[in-house]
Amino acid sequence: MSTYFKPDQLDRFGEIEEGNKELADAFFSYYGKVFEDGALTAREKSLIALAVAHAVQCPYCIDAYTTDSLEKGADLEQMTEAVHVATAIRGGASLVHGIQMLDQVKETMM
Amino acid sequence: MSQDANEFVSLPVVDAGGDGAMVDVEGPRAITSMRYRRAPLTEPAEQFRLLDAAEITGGPSGTGSFEADLEASGWPTLQPETLEIFQINVGKLCNMTCRHCHVDSGPDRVEENMDRETVDACLRAIDRSGAHTVDLTGGAPELNPHFEYLVDACVERGLHVMDRCNLTILTTGPYQHLPEWFAERGVEIVCSLPHYRKLNTDAQRGKGTYEKSLRALRRLNDAGYGQGDPRLKLTLVTNPVGAYLAGSQASLEGEWKEALARNHDVYFDQLLALNNMPMSRYLEWLEEKGLVEEYLAKLVNAFNPATIAGLMCRNTLSVAWDGTLYDCDFNQQLDMTMDLPDGHRPHVSDFDLEAWQQHVIRTERHCYGCTAGAGSGCGGAIA
Repeated sequence: MSTYFKPDQLDRFGEIEEGNKELADAFFSYYGKVFEDGALTAREKSLIALAVAHAVQCPYCIDAYTTDSLEKGADLEQMTEAVHVATAIRGGASLVHGIQMLDQVKETMM
Repeated sequence: MSQDANEFVSLPVVDAGGDGAMVDVEGPRAITSMRYRRAPLTEPAEQFRLLDAAEITGGPSGTGSFEADLEASGWPTLQPETLEIFQINVGKLCNMTCRHCHVDSGPDRVEENMDRETVDACLRAIDRSGAHTVDLTGGAPELNPHFEYLVDACVERGLHVMDRCNLTILTTGPYQHLPEWFAERGVEIVCSLPHYRKLNTDAQRGKGTYEKSLRALRRLNDAGYGQGDPRLKLTLVTNPVGAYLAGSQASLEGEWKEALARNHDVYFDQLLALNNMPMSRYLEWLEEKGLVEEYLAKLVNAFNPATIAGLMCRNTLSVAWDGTLYDCDFNQQLDMTMDLPDGHRPHVSDFDLEAWQQHVIRTERHCYGCTAGAGSGCGGAIA
């Protein structure tokens, strides 16, 4: 494989059914339902997806959910805030472990 | 940013069909129309050359030929159904110069404005047409000096009248009485608001547009519009502010209603979500960005045969400022005159309902804009 993350692989996502159609059908049917308007609007779900895409650093998902967020009626300011939410949680996830470090230091040190 | 910051500038425009006097209106800082920049892309032939150069492999026929895709979907010829809507483009003059405008309108388009004689020819044709709705568009239709005369004549005939309004015109010059004037006559207001927030609205329609649009919407609310009264219907229209397709109309309507009510105490009745047609100033923008092929592929890949029966060209007639007849306002801006049988002249003075019913609708690659996804047209989503 000459390179990872080829953009056209996103359009070919459906081909994953080749190895197991039943699981692929079940996944895509579930996936479609998840993003329908519900207690959360389709726009809110798309913004959550955009934030998660940044947290898991998936270029396919960032590509897909940047366009999808725009189509669902979000704008750049809302999308930037969503990415900051992912950033805050990732940063916070590191920092909150600092309390473990702090407790251990206190147990260890005079 | 302060709420009353006025980013609009004074734009004297010629009252073209009246006494030639200048009318003072405000608008966003104008860009020059393609026509006045003498941009080569102003020519429809140049626009078709650019669209036809795109390599297209999607769609039912895989050819990128709209006609072939219609045929592959069971529509060997595209013909009208029942004439319901008589759409009149009264002129290209506008106080705004939106980035995506398919009419290439602006304050510099002072020459193309419908005169009284043609307005009267339209009224005579309306009487022969059986249409229940008269749809007025432009430019800013309100800038035509015969606008109020035309609206009154249609209302007197008991017809439903729609005004395709850019909103900002209602906040400027001698047009500020219009919200109440429209309400007295039960005119439906169909107005452009690409987004419920400022960023995208001003990016597409010019700096300061969002604030002025909200001011106009409040005036319309005060006049009784947008409160669920079917006689005073307020319809918003959104187009994508970029190279993507319009999302689900019902879903977006919910978002727009909630956000405008919560943030601005502004109300409306329905939202129409339209795709941008790959033509005129939007096509020029796509070309600048190198996105022509990508956008066209997006439209063709989303080709939806279920939209064909409800295409607006099947129930709508489009009349230009000079009385020439077209299948839609997009064909009108691309100089694709209506192809009537038996040598019928495509002009409103000679309008003949039977000839219209028998004619074949003209299509080109831009038509993929109306058949993509849930479909698109002046009436919003189709399928």
